[in-house]
Amino acid sequence: MRAYRSSSSVVVAGKYIALGFYVAFALFPLYWLLKIAVTPDKLIFTDGTSLVPSGFTFENFSTVLVQTDFLAYFRNSLVVSLGTAAITTCIAAAAGYAFSRFDFRGKRLVIAVMLITQMFPLLMIIAPIYKIVAYVGLLNSLTSLIIVYTAFNIPFATFLMQSFFDGIPKDLEEAGMIDGCTRFTALRKIILPLTLPGLAATLGFIFTAAWSELLFALMLINSNDTMTFPVGLLTFVSKFSVDWGQMMAAGVLALVPSCLFFIFIQRYLVQGLTSGAVKG
Amino acid sequence: MTALADTAPGETRARPSFYFRYMVEPYLYLSPAIILIALVMMVPLVIGISYAFQSVNLLRPFQTGWVGFENFQSLWSDRKFWLALTNTFWWTLGSITLQFFLGLGLALLLNTQFHGKRLVQALVFLPWAVPTFLSALTWAWLFNPTIGPLPHWLAALGILSEPFNILGDPDLAMWGPITANVWFGIPFFAITLLAALQSIPGELYEAAEIDGATTWQCFTKITLPFLAPMIAITVMLRTIWIANFADLIFVMTGGGPANSTQILSTYIFTTAFRKLDFGYASAIAVALLGLLLLYAAVLLMLRRKMVKI
Repeated sequence: MRAYRSSSSVVVAGKYIALGFYVAFALFPLYWLLKIAVTPDKLIFTDGTSLVPSGFTFENFSTVLVQTDFLAYFRNSLVVSLGTAAITTCIAAAAGYAFSRFDFRGKRLVIAVMLITQMFPLLMIIAPIYKIVAYVGLLNSLTSLIIVYTAFNIPFATFLMQSFFDGIPKDLEEAGMIDGCTRFTALRKIILPLTLPGLAATLGFIFTAAWSELLFALMLINSNDTMTFPVGLLTFVSKFSVDWGQMMAAGVLALVPSCLFFIFIQRYLVQGLTSGAVKG
Repeated sequence: MTALADTAPGETRARPSFYFRYMVEPYLYLSPAIILIALVMMVPLVIGISYAFQSVNLLRPFQTGWVGFENFQSLWSDRKFWLALTNTFWWTLGSITLQFFLGLGLALLLNTQFHGKRLVQALVFLPWAVPTFLSALTWAWLFNPTIGPLPHWLAALGILSEPFNILGDPDLAMWGPITANVWFGIPFFAITLLAALQSIPGELYEAAEIDGATTWQCFTKITLPFLAPMIAITVMLRTIWIANFADLIFVMTGGGPANSTQILSTYIFTTAFRKLDFGYASAIAVALLGLLLLYAAVLLMLRRKMVKI
């Protein structure tokens, strides 16, 4: 595309304007969230649509952190997301390695089943899962969420890991195996260190996915002690829908881990999303 | 992984047999994934389909049992179902069209050279990382006249007669979730299409330039044909994904006002979550699944025909 002919200054200006539009569209909602969060309560209504707050305060943040349960929700979400990310990545690394390195009977079937899990409406299984989780007595527990999220994310993570393994030459571990170590040792000593960036990217993707999940958490959790952040925030919103500053401060806090992970995995975005183009 | 260590393949034999390599070893690596997917997704899927033919309502625990096609009969005469079906169509069509064209535009822009490219790329992809529930809340707030600027701006532009909340207007409410969905979905299309654009060999453009092709000709004769397979697969998968996507609407409007934003997936969720009528919810879900399968089958058939020509 670089070969598109060198263009006139009008075209260049148009390009920068278009890019400016995209950046503004992407950032504006988040900016507004932040703006309301730092505006003192009594100024929210007089400020109206002005783009810059006329006052500045961290009070909303401190109120949210000290007086509400958001810190507990935050901790619950962190446990669920980290647990899901860690377990999923381990399981998916093994499965992705099998897809990448072996030709075996039933491979196409397993791949087909994994693709199907990405296509059917997940809400279809929300009722059976509720019943099963209730039956084994895991309602209102973070464990149930970790198990459910792990299963949901394994197919995507597996395809992602497979693409990372595909990028590592087979000769490496074959050389190791000729030198007498088993396949598993070769995998552990030679291949895994090379896929560390891939493992990290997968961790990031799964963490973000688990951090945002709302509907299953809403269904499986209704005690205040085990609410995840999305459920807590939504409950808070429906109960106190006038504390705008506090709600948005809580929103900004929910944004922090995702943004950190995003900056961290940004490099792998193109590779990741194209190899597993099934999921957003 | 530690669980695998005990049964590590080939630990005892230096040269694994053919049978071991092709039948057993791969499954040692795959088994945790297969077991979890089977237990948490496939088994509930089968149970879910069976629920569609049963009466399962947690609020009426004593009236359970097989009811044949009764759920589907009530579905057929349920006006809310048909409304939700129409809404699903408009929601999906509106979202995918805007996401695709804006995403393609962004991908084309990002595929050129300009100053600050890395920063711009990071910033425009950011919405993709924002948790869905938070995008939904943020956009709901932006549309709220007490706290958000959008109604006032729209009124100033003359699009709205006065700054009211379009999420409360049955005729306009669907535009709220669609806007949020477009915001959230542009990065996905931009990323996939950008990857496809970068795989087009540069020599083609050089050759076209030597032959005196215009920029527009380059776009329609080289870029589009190269992108076509990627576009087809992405749009198909994304359509299915968006049709199933309930979070945004559930948080922003809850399906209201007057069911004007109720799509099939939010209808499934509210039926299961609020009414606890699992049988009926599963019947809607089976209907949605059937429609999506039909859609995929039609697309695949079309594709086969196109390829023949």
